[in-house]
Amino acid sequence: MSSTVSHRTLTHLDRLEGEAIHILREVAGQCANPVLLFSGGKDSVCLLRLAEKAFRPGRFPFPLLHIDTGHNYEEVIAFRDFRAAQLGERLIVRSVEDSITNGKVTLKHPLQSRNPFQSVTLLDAIQEFCFDACVGGARRDEEKARAKERIFSFRDEFGQWDPKNQRPELWGLYNARTHPGENIRAFPISNWTELDVWQYIQREDLELPSIYFAHSRKIVRRGGSLVPITHLTPVREGEIIEEISVRFRTVGDITCTAPVESEASTVADIIFETAATTITERGATRLDDQTSEVAMEQRKKEGYF
Amino acid sequence: MGNLSSTPSPSKFIQPKIQDTGLLRLLTCGSVDDGKSTLIGRLLFDSKAILSDTLHAIERSSKKRGMETIDLSLLTDGLSAEREQGITIDVAYRYFSTGKRKYILADAPGHEQYTRNMVTAASTADLAIILIDARKGVLTQTRRHSVLANLLGIKHLVVAVNKMDLVDWSEFRFQAIKADYQLFAAKLGIHDVRFVPMSALLGDQVVDRGENLAWHEGPTLMEILEEAVVAEEAENAPFRFPVQLVSRPRSKEHPDYRGYLGRVESGSIAVGDEIIVLPSQARSRIAEIRLGNEILQEAVAGQSVALRLADEVDISRGDLIATVQDAPEPTRELTATLAWLSETPLSLGRKYLVQHGAQQVRATISALHQRLDIESLELHNASGIAMNDITSVSLTLQRPLAVDSYHDIRATGAFILIDEATNATVAAGLIRASKGS
Repeated sequence: MSSTVSHRTLTHLDRLEGEAIHILREVAGQCANPVLLFSGGKDSVCLLRLAEKAFRPGRFPFPLLHIDTGHNYEEVIAFRDFRAAQLGERLIVRSVEDSITNGKVTLKHPLQSRNPFQSVTLLDAIQEFCFDACVGGARRDEEKARAKERIFSFRDEFGQWDPKNQRPELWGLYNARTHPGENIRAFPISNWTELDVWQYIQREDLELPSIYFAHSRKIVRRGGSLVPITHLTPVREGEIIEEISVRFRTVGDITCTAPVESEASTVADIIFETAATTITERGATRLDDQTSEVAMEQRKKEGYF
Repeated sequence: MGNLSSTPSPSKFIQPKIQDTGLLRLLTCGSVDDGKSTLIGRLLFDSKAILSDTLHAIERSSKKRGMETIDLSLLTDGLSAEREQGITIDVAYRYFSTGKRKYILADAPGHEQYTRNMVTAASTADLAIILIDARKGVLTQTRRHSVLANLLGIKHLVVAVNKMDLVDWSEFRFQAIKADYQLFAAKLGIHDVRFVPMSALLGDQVVDRGENLAWHEGPTLMEILEEAVVAEEAENAPFRFPVQLVSRPRSKEHPDYRGYLGRVESGSIAVGDEIIVLPSQARSRIAEIRLGNEILQEAVAGQSVALRLADEVDISRGDLIATVQDAPEPTRELTATLAWLSETPLSLGRKYLVQHGAQQVRATISALHQRLDIESLELHNASGIAMNDITSVSLTLQRPLAVDSYHDIRATGAFILIDEATNATVAAGLIRASKGS
């Protein structure tokens, strides 16, 4: 329980942490009914630790929300439930499956990626609970459209982001005011990179779903990516199944999340690989962003995180 | 947890030591024509911060545009609307790390809405790189950028004289531009300026020294970035702690806990220090400093912590905790410089919200003083305020605020102005003086 911080020794992680905690507290201070999006992924795992540092010994001033595509790896879902229970915080789950059942989402084919439809379910959940702010773990280094998004990002009543009409954001002064129906997406780790996230996980000794670490898995090589063989992503004719050591760098919908070849079985190993890596995180591992250069910008305009 | 979560096992790799020496926030000012995007691309490229799939993507884009070599500027041109127009229209953030430091680079566009964007990008920057095209020398735009960087309190200015390859790497040309700039900077009272000749296109003096500018004995741009001293300034300033929230868990384990949550915006604080709460003027001592489950003996600028006080004091969100000996006086009258950011001009007589620290109070603009003409850099009497105007004004606040002059302490000398009807952020304010101080 004790440590001392002396002058001039704040590391870059200390500074990023100080900024992120400040942002979380501004959300709690300015918004009447916020929620924190928790998927079990590494970025949202960091958010939970930051929330602990921001609000303990008190409870979190917001529940946790997961928009479940129904196409997640079960290790990740189990981890999500475990972590929420461990913290003793309320976890709300809303699923894309329900949006399909009630007709709000129509799939072209059953194995289609459900990632884009998370927006529909998210907007429904926002309406159901009257959330005026959603805290998310998006980072500006993930993708070009995100590099220009504000830390407090204003969305209109349709959940749309308008890149040409963003609120100016100066100093540490965040304007989270909204009219009824509008909401704010707040990104406390906007200024973190993938490497920062891994360094923070190491420093804080954070637990993660096991699929982040090297494990043996059956895959095929398809269009420059490794495609894991699952009931949702079956092998196609003529493809050769290999069993190799892989890890996931992001954990999203099974149909659009590809692992990378890796032997890294510890956080330290992953940091080593990340520092030396030659592929950005969303590049070869997110099959849904490769469609077009402006894919993410388009999805954000439609209400995606 | 079984196989759900990580179980550390011995590392298979030899671990490199990733050094940790904090963070530098910097801003690049200049237009596409000055080669700004190319410079940023070069910094990222030579510091190995561009990853291979990104590189493949810009290779494809470069080819599509009929270019033979990789266009490094494509790395920083983000949104599709901009790409169609071939210009950057908003502030974008880039990240790179050299092993010595992590860098957050704000890229502010040089053309359209430059004042608005540059003010935004400059508000958090410790250092500004001002780009000059060696063929053109010091332009109105250069002066404008320097004035804004100075106004926003950026202490470290670096003048990068780019495109030296197009002036035959001429030392004479570089020295002439340097002398010209120094003359103008002295008039503004800007003294700490560094100069680097470079070619962002070819890489000379950006990260690597190169061979073409051997006559330049000073540091490269990257060396200047690596050595700029920034953290100390904020830590040596008076202690300021805007209270964001009051934590009262009322739980079994913590029935009486009352913690004041916020970030140390400037200075430092230690257990036992005497503090004053503003605007109430209540006094107490620091009983505990907490960061999550850690109990700290002191906290410094940049850290978000929870403070407990020795006495029960009435404190709520928006109050400011300061050290007794250098506390600011609460005031309802301010003089400030406003940078107007909204397309809707100021409406005199209307109430706006001033957001300062964690506080929002209603305010009216009681008088307009002078407008800085950003083209001629002359002062004129102001009769109204429109987008991109920089104007000194007087404000009257509905309730008192504890403020500092922006020059002394950035965090408590700054505010934003919000239009209550639209909730838009309409202006950035830099406090010059307050009645009472």
